[in-house]
Amino acid sequence: MIGLFLSAAALLSARALYLQWVETEVLQHRGARLHLRVVELPAHRGMITDRRGEPLAISTPIDTASAAPAELLQAGTRLPEVARVLDIGTERLLAILRSRQDQKFVFLKRHLLPSVSERLSALAVPGVVLGREYHRYYPASESTAHLIGFTDIDDIGQEGLERAFDDALRGIPGRKRVIKDNRRRVVENIEVIASGRPGRDLVLSIDKRVQHVAYRELKAAVHRHRARAGSVVVLDAGTGEVLAAVNRPSYNPNDRRQIKGEYYRNRAFTDVFEPGSTLKPFAIAAALEAGACQPSTVIDTRPGTLRVGRHTIRDIHDYGLLDVSGVIEKSSNVGTAKIALSMGAEVLWRALVRLRFGRSPDSGFPGEAQGSLPHYRNWREIDHATMAFGYGLSVSAVQLASAYTALANGGVMMPAGIVRLDTPPAGTRVISRTVADQMRRMLEGVVTIGTGTSAQVPGYRVAGKTGTVRKTRPGGGYGKDRYLALFAGMIPASRPRLVTVVVIDEPRTGVYFGGEVAAPVFSSIMTEAVRLLDVTPDDLRPGAPVPAAGVRPVRLDSRGTL
Amino acid sequence: MDGRPMDRRRGHLYRLHIDPFLLWGVLILSAIGLAVLYSATGQDLGATARQGSRMLLGMGIMLVVASLAPRYFLMWAPWLYVAGLLLLCAVAIAGTGTGAQRWLDLRVVRFQPSEMMKVFVPMMVAWYLQKRPLPPRLGDLLVGAALVIVPAALVAEQPDLGTAALIAAAGLSVVFLSGVSWRLIGVAAAGVVLSAPFFWYHLHDYQRQRLLTLVDPTGDPLGTGYHIIQSMIAVGSGGLYGKGWLNGTQSHLEFIPERSTDFIFAVLCEEFGFMGVVVVLALYVVLIARGLHIALEAQGRFARLMAGSLTLTLFIYVFVNMGMVIGQLPVVGIPLPFISYGGTSLVTLLASFGILMSFQTHRRLLSG
Repeated sequence: MIGLFLSAAALLSARALYLQWVETEVLQHRGARLHLRVVELPAHRGMITDRRGEPLAISTPIDTASAAPAELLQAGTRLPEVARVLDIGTERLLAILRSRQDQKFVFLKRHLLPSVSERLSALAVPGVVLGREYHRYYPASESTAHLIGFTDIDDIGQEGLERAFDDALRGIPGRKRVIKDNRRRVVENIEVIASGRPGRDLVLSIDKRVQHVAYRELKAAVHRHRARAGSVVVLDAGTGEVLAAVNRPSYNPNDRRQIKGEYYRNRAFTDVFEPGSTLKPFAIAAALEAGACQPSTVIDTRPGTLRVGRHTIRDIHDYGLLDVSGVIEKSSNVGTAKIALSMGAEVLWRALVRLRFGRSPDSGFPGEAQGSLPHYRNWREIDHATMAFGYGLSVSAVQLASAYTALANGGVMMPAGIVRLDTPPAGTRVISRTVADQMRRMLEGVVTIGTGTSAQVPGYRVAGKTGTVRKTRPGGGYGKDRYLALFAGMIPASRPRLVTVVVIDEPRTGVYFGGEVAAPVFSSIMTEAVRLLDVTPDDLRPGAPVPAAGVRPVRLDSRGTL
Repeated sequence: MDGRPMDRRRGHLYRLHIDPFLLWGVLILSAIGLAVLYSATGQDLGATARQGSRMLLGMGIMLVVASLAPRYFLMWAPWLYVAGLLLLCAVAIAGTGTGAQRWLDLRVVRFQPSEMMKVFVPMMVAWYLQKRPLPPRLGDLLVGAALVIVPAALVAEQPDLGTAALIAAAGLSVVFLSGVSWRLIGVAAAGVVLSAPFFWYHLHDYQRQRLLTLVDPTGDPLGTGYHIIQSMIAVGSGGLYGKGWLNGTQSHLEFIPERSTDFIFAVLCEEFGFMGVVVVLALYVVLIARGLHIALEAQGRFARLMAGSLTLTLFIYVFVNMGMVIGQLPVVGIPLPFISYGGTSLVTLLASFGILMSFQTHRRLLSG
């Protein structure tokens, strides 16, 4: 009997000694593996701001409800309370918990409203855990939706610049060693293993105020003309930076529940169209440069039609005899075609290639369109003629605006860019100074006495060109009543600071001319933009329209306040 | 009572019918128990104080029981046994508890009748066998076995296999001590082995798993092997000298299951190491040795059988619990005497120590 007791005691001590002496390190290590965990320290996603530091995308902390399934299942009568606060239904909650019963963690509902998270934490049901996540908020909402894009629930960029600059914005998560208890709660922080790097802020060239005005005016115009869609691009003429790029239709990136795929399109960058008459200045500039005509050259546009091969080119009216500025001001297709045909196809093609038509604008926006410009060897005579007034090639709004910077800058073209630049880029001279300045004066005529008079801005001289493009049908050929109303312009004409392109797609109220539909949009946006950007008025002729009250002419340095 | 020199030398304790060995052993173990419990509960002073007050209550009962002469136990044995059986039936009908029905809620006190049967059953068997010639005849043995199996089966149905096994062990230990021939024990053992498949069939799934886990604890580390693995990690990481009081990570991070009750020994091992194990084990050995001593010196068959059985029961408690914690025996819900949190078992245990003291301290008075 005593022997039995003693041997049992000896056996126990031997086993204890084995575990506690021989196996100590092994078991200590296994224990450490249970509670010493390495966890990620999420890097704060960088902010996206406009050029003045105004936030366009910010990460804000938000609560997420998760649960320890086995523990929560024990809550019994309190489950319906949890389900009610989360608004997911008791059955659904039970299903979620049961399916993960043998796990230690399950998401119940992510990104809770603050009020919901407050009520949930007040319930204090054991097994429910509130975690901290980050949620992206877009203060400028619809106006910057296409440009900025959005992130998914895990805060990874899915669209737009959020996607294009995801790596930089996301940063590198740090790692730390912690002690976790058996319910996976962090009990103690031991050490930071890697400090990580927070996401970098992305400063865009956008000016939120101009963006806002552009969006508001575009939205109103698209609505007024019952148009299918529309875009506006505003560039800093001196640097090519995109100050505003807006589209309709748009969406609210903060609440993406009811969005059709087409709402996502950043049309200004990704959609191409035939530029129509807005291309004429470049064709005529090429002819002036090549010596094919002079500004004073008189062109006979009678009888308002021109036969080229089997095709007939038409003007809206018979404009009779026009000098070159008359061709631009009246937007005569016949006159432009005659000028174009007077120079070689290759000359015209080279001029358009220099303007980067048919090539990616490299603005930094993902998925930007490069448009198309057929090689001159493939041109028929009619192509040679129509190319000059913008049919047979395709461009995006951004490409067109970028090309217009050449006319604004005395022939130096600035590449369009979406990120704020600290030093203005070296532009490319694509047109001689003389011809560019001649063209700009002609474009001013378009706005003072030509097709684009509704683009006028009180107190400023404006130069620009209207365009009314018959849209191609999906099957080929041109549709009957489907038009694109365009206006491309710059302000102030004496020394342009802003280059703007307005595209209104399929106005459906019967009015469809670029001068009637797009030019007024230019005017209303620019009227406010020049005030916001403190652009000095240059139209100081006595009797000229006076700029709106409260605006003082200010002397600017070369870059102004931009 | 008549002031003989022997009594004077033994002093006041003896006059109070207290056995000093048992008393000191119990006091020291209880003190250690409270300290470990305080750590195991995450420094819950309330729970520790509750356990402390139960200890005081238990010791009070121990003193009262010790002062009773052994003949009273003999007189009451059948009545206590019947009362216990009735309570077990009451539990089966109106009991409460999570998972298993073990508790009887009498509004004033809430307790587990099965715990009391750990004392009443051996008492009854001893009562029955003491009148019979020893070694007992087969017929008497069968009656004795029936007296054990009925309450054990009731408890097993709750289901509480651990307590049922303990009740059976306590009762059968009396039979064993009564001097059954080894041949008969052999036959009984063979019977158990042969009927094992039948019992296996009747076990609950979780009970089968526990037995299987013993064979290979790593087979299902997140399921049934979890308790044993966590417990072994705790024991082993204590090392020779332990991590120190309140410093056990396995217990404070809640990795040890049932750390304030059945697995509290793991907490002790982690925080006090092998040294702590040796000290606690030595204390239990002292208690058991003293119990054996009392049994050997006890007068009368009833006292002898009873004392032997109570000592044997204590031994089983201690070694089954420790064996489970260090991974040598299957996981059964058996508390560690004086250290595990829990009221009824503690009070029962102290009452049985009172019985032992009674046997020891009334001895000379009876013989005198």
